[in-house]
Amino acid sequence: MVAEETELTPTSYIQHHLTFFTRTVNDGAGFWTINVDTLVTTMVIAVLAFGFLWLITRKSTAGVPSRVQAFVELTFDFVNEQVKGIYHGESRIVAPIALTTFVLTLFLNAMDFLPVDIMSHGFEALGFHNWRPVPTADVNTTFALALSVFAMMIYYSIKVKGLGGWIHELFCAPFGAHPLLWPANLLFNAVEYLSKPLSHSLRLFGNMYAGEIIFMLLGLWAATGVVGAVLGGVLHLGWSIFHILIVGLQAYIFMMLTIVYISMAHEGH
Amino acid sequence: MNINLTLVMQAVAFFAFIWFCARFIWPPLMQAIETRQKQIAEGLAAGEAGKKSLATTEKRIAEMLTEAKSRSSEIIAQGDKLKTETIEAAKSEAKAEGERIVAAAKAEIEQEVARAKESLRNQVADLAVAGARQILQREVDPKAHADLLAAIQKQF
Repeated sequence: MVAEETELTPTSYIQHHLTFFTRTVNDGAGFWTINVDTLVTTMVIAVLAFGFLWLITRKSTAGVPSRVQAFVELTFDFVNEQVKGIYHGESRIVAPIALTTFVLTLFLNAMDFLPVDIMSHGFEALGFHNWRPVPTADVNTTFALALSVFAMMIYYSIKVKGLGGWIHELFCAPFGAHPLLWPANLLFNAVEYLSKPLSHSLRLFGNMYAGEIIFMLLGLWAATGVVGAVLGGVLHLGWSIFHILIVGLQAYIFMMLTIVYISMAHEGH
Repeated sequence: MNINLTLVMQAVAFFAFIWFCARFIWPPLMQAIETRQKQIAEGLAAGEAGKKSLATTEKRIAEMLTEAKSRSSEIIAQGDKLKTETIEAAKSEAKAEGERIVAAAKAEIEQEVARAKESLRNQVADLAVAGARQILQREVDPKAHADLLAAIQKQF
């Protein structure tokens, strides 16, 4: 699993699993790198998930639904209920945003169920070293989602309140419109606007990253011998089962926060 | 965990997914769901209306039934009355007829009696003549004693 020349130690094992498969653009370094594994996995998963939904939608009928359609409708209804409960604005695109967010994060999180080492060996056999299969354990993905939601938040704020209204709110809410309070208001709003995408993205990232690391640490049991390997397998199973909850819950939380942030942008202080 | 170009590409992809979802996936299926909801609501309303109309119809049927019952008992009562009346009429008619027959029989009997008396009277006269002839041992001329005989006949 690790390149032949390096010695297999716990540190190298974990580091190997935490290294992205990257390609650089324009021979640049630092920012000008692309995590190919994250990107390709996201694309494949998204195409599969949304392609599936699209297929069901195309064959959907208002009459007696097929089982698959009923299941998809259940998901739609679930998302729609959440959106209806939180968001009271005009935009009809919030529910699709919520659905996209939920489906995407759910399936990207679910990549965590694939056993790390088997996946790693498989990708190595295909010629890809260091292929990380969980896109949401990449901070780029979670920040991309959170910043996109942040952008929508700003967009809706300006759209609903007008540019002037939004700036006015930055200075005059929540403490009051007195000029002396302007700095305090601005500071408060800045902290709020900064904390939203940060907590939004880091919550998902932290959960998925930690989940991945725990899988790896449990995988280390295999280094202690047969008994350790069996014990590691049992622990692996337990953590996987618990992880089902985390995967679903984090996707749900991510979706809910997306709805909440967007609906908050619609409401004046 | 370096921030790099992946972030931008993921964000672009995310918006593309949202667009695809909002354009091709969400509206048709939601429309199907809403259409079905409407159909179900209509079906339920129709069922409710059917129930209501059934209730009114049942009420009307019950009303008609009671009406028919009262009408029929009325008819039966009328029939009973008619029957007794007819029987009474027939009885009185029969009685009158019987009385008439009895009266006619009585009249005939009286007539018969009168006729018998008449013939008896004639025979008494003959008998008296015959008796007298026996007593006198000779021919008696009834013509000679016509006055006497008439008197006897009258006495009789």
